[in-house]
This record gives sequence, structure tokens and C-alpha cells, in this order.
Amino acid sequence: MTLGRIQVPPAARAGEVVEIRLLIQHPMEPGFRRDANGRLIPMNVVNAVACRYGGREVFRAELGPGVAANPYFAFWVRAEASGEVSAEWLDDAGVRGAVQAQLVVS
Amino acid sequence: MAGRRGRARRRAGAAGRFVTRLLGVLALISAAAAFGQAAVRPDPLQPGTAFQSADVRALQADDFANPGMLWVARGAEFWAARPAGGGKACAGCHGEPAAMRGVATRYPRHDPELRRVTDLSGRIDACNRRHQGGEGYPPESQALLSLAALVSHQSRGMPVAVDVSGPANAAFREGQALYRTRIGQLNLACTHCHDANWGRTLLAEPISQGHPTGWPAYRLEWQSLGSLQRRLRACFFGVRAEQPAYGSEDLVGLELYLAWRAQGLAVEAPGVRR
Repeated sequence: MTLGRIQVPPAARAGEVVEIRLLIQHPMEPGFRRDANGRLIPMNVVNAVACRYGGREVFRAELGPGVAANPYFAFWVRAEASGEVSAEWLDDAGVRGAVQAQLVVS
Repeated sequence: MAGRRGRARRRAGAAGRFVTRLLGVLALISAAAAFGQAAVRPDPLQPGTAFQSADVRALQADDFANPGMLWVARGAEFWAARPAGGGKACAGCHGEPAAMRGVATRYPRHDPELRRVTDLSGRIDACNRRHQGGEGYPPESQALLSLAALVSHQSRGMPVAVDVSGPANAAFREGQALYRTRIGQLNLACTHCHDANWGRTLLAEPISQGHPTGWPAYRLEWQSLGSLQRRLRACFFGVRAEQPAYGSEDLVGLELYLAWRAQGLAVEAPGVRR
């Protein structure tokens, strides 16, 4: 389980467009680096990220070895009803991560 | 000067002469002390962020986007979790992490049980061995970096105030001596860049005053959080000198000297540095 942080605004009005931010702790090994003993470090990057809001997918990204460590995402959604915003990701080693936050719409 | 002093001497009585001399000696002493301070502490003191680009400063100031906060969040998990040895969690003795407010401002400091000066990471490592029945943390391990980031973060905004008197004084003086000693194939001492040339550039990079207030910091070059000792070792590498081992007296002494030099500046951990 890798660590992630998600940020939603503390409160939103119905119909308002709000920013969702996501930060994932991951080394994003590109597969070209060598360790201190000269051995190739195998590629291991977060290859898929998906975010859902109120059960519906609102954001998806496919990442490659060109993305820096600890990737950061920001995207916008239209706040319609109070609900859970969740993010899920998977890396090349098969390790999954997930993080959730509640968006309160008034 | 001599003539004026001579006339004053003739006019004043014995008591007056004594007072005049005493004042003169005191003035000399305070002038020497002021010169000593000015010679070793940059004026005005400027934190590391002052030498970073606007992008990097903005990244550090944003508590969500600052990647160092990932280590703080992970540190909170380590803080609450019981260690593998079955001992108490950090929270079992210390309570909430907020109870550690101000602690990082006092490190490095002399630890009576270790009988040497240690930095915050060294103290966390010792605490793990002493009270948690653990085997300690290897330098730059994720657990140690995370806990150090968490504890340092609690002191954010508080001025650095280390004690360099008493048992810590020997380490302080060693650190000060190392700071002024030419090392490596480039034959440079810390002071040549960070006292004599701060604010100018080394190739494309502005030279900072070398204050440790942002550490442990997320260094973009490393794409990871790292300790001040790792950063100092990188400086040793930069002047092509032999790198002291993690936790060595050289590095801890240097850390103590740097903390003394930065006293009054606010802790800003976790910092972001290029």
C-alpha cells in the first residue's frame, strides 16, 4: 500500500466547479537507473490512476517512466451532491493504493 | 589619541582614571565580541528559501503540494504504530505529535545517556533502542526520515535556539573549526562559499547562507526527502573531499555549529530545495 494524499475543498455550493488535488508517494523508477553495485533497478512506476466522485469516474490517467517521483495531480469537477471522492492507483510491482475524502455540497 | 588621553589623565583624579580605563577595556571586549559575531554569522540572516526560485518557495509554502508533507503524514503513521519489537509506540509515551512542539529547535544537543552530542535523527534512533526495544533505524531509512520530518514539522515557525555551552561546547568548537578548514581537491572551506560569497552564484545556482532550518527537506534533485547529514555529505562530495560517515562527530559538530549560526531563524521543515 503506497501513501497518498487527496484534497477537496472544505465546502462547496451545488453547481460550483471545484479543484481536487492528489499527491502520491512513489519513487517512479524509470528502469534506466543503476544502484550502487551497478545492477539495473527494474522499472516501477504508477501506471494507472483513477478517481471517482459519487460512484462515477471523473478522472483517469496513464503514466509512464517520464513522470517524476511523487506525482501530483490537480483536476476540476462540478460539485453536484455530497459524496465520496476516491482515488485508486496501481504500480508495475502490482502494489495498489487508495485514498478517499468527503466532498460536502450545500 | 595619546595626547588627548594624556591631557585627560592630568585633569582626572585617580578614581576617574580607573573608571576611564575600565570603560576602555569593556569597550574593547564588546568590540571584539561584536567583531567575532559579525565574522561568523552572515548579516542579515536569510533562510534557505530566500535563495530559491519563486516556484520552489511556492511549493514549500503549499502544505498540500509540498512533497515533504508526504513524509510528515507517513511519520504520523509510524508515530502511532507499535514497533515490531512489541514495545510502546512513540504516542504511548509522548502522546500526540503536537506535544513535540519546540523540540527540534533545541537539536543537536548533548544527550547524557549517549554521552555525546546528537542530532534529532540520532535521538529518535536512540529512543527506539532505549525505550521501544528496537534495533534502531539505519540512516536515511524511510521510518527515520518520516519521524524526523514529523517531529521537526511541529516546531515550524519557532526560532532555532541550541545550547552550545557546557558538554556541547567541545562539539560546537569542533564543528566551527571544521567549518573553517579547507578540505578536498577544490581546497575550500564551508566559510568560503557560505560566509564570503552568499548571494552570488556558483554556476547557475545561488549560494545560500547555509542555514539548516528547512531540514529534513525534500530536495528536487534527489526526488526524495533527505536529512541535513545527507546534504552536508553532498557538499563534501562537491568539494571532492572524503565524506564523513552518517552520525559521525564531524557531521554532528557541523550541524550544531550551523544551528548556532542560524539561531533566531524560524524552523521551516519540511523544506523544499532544488
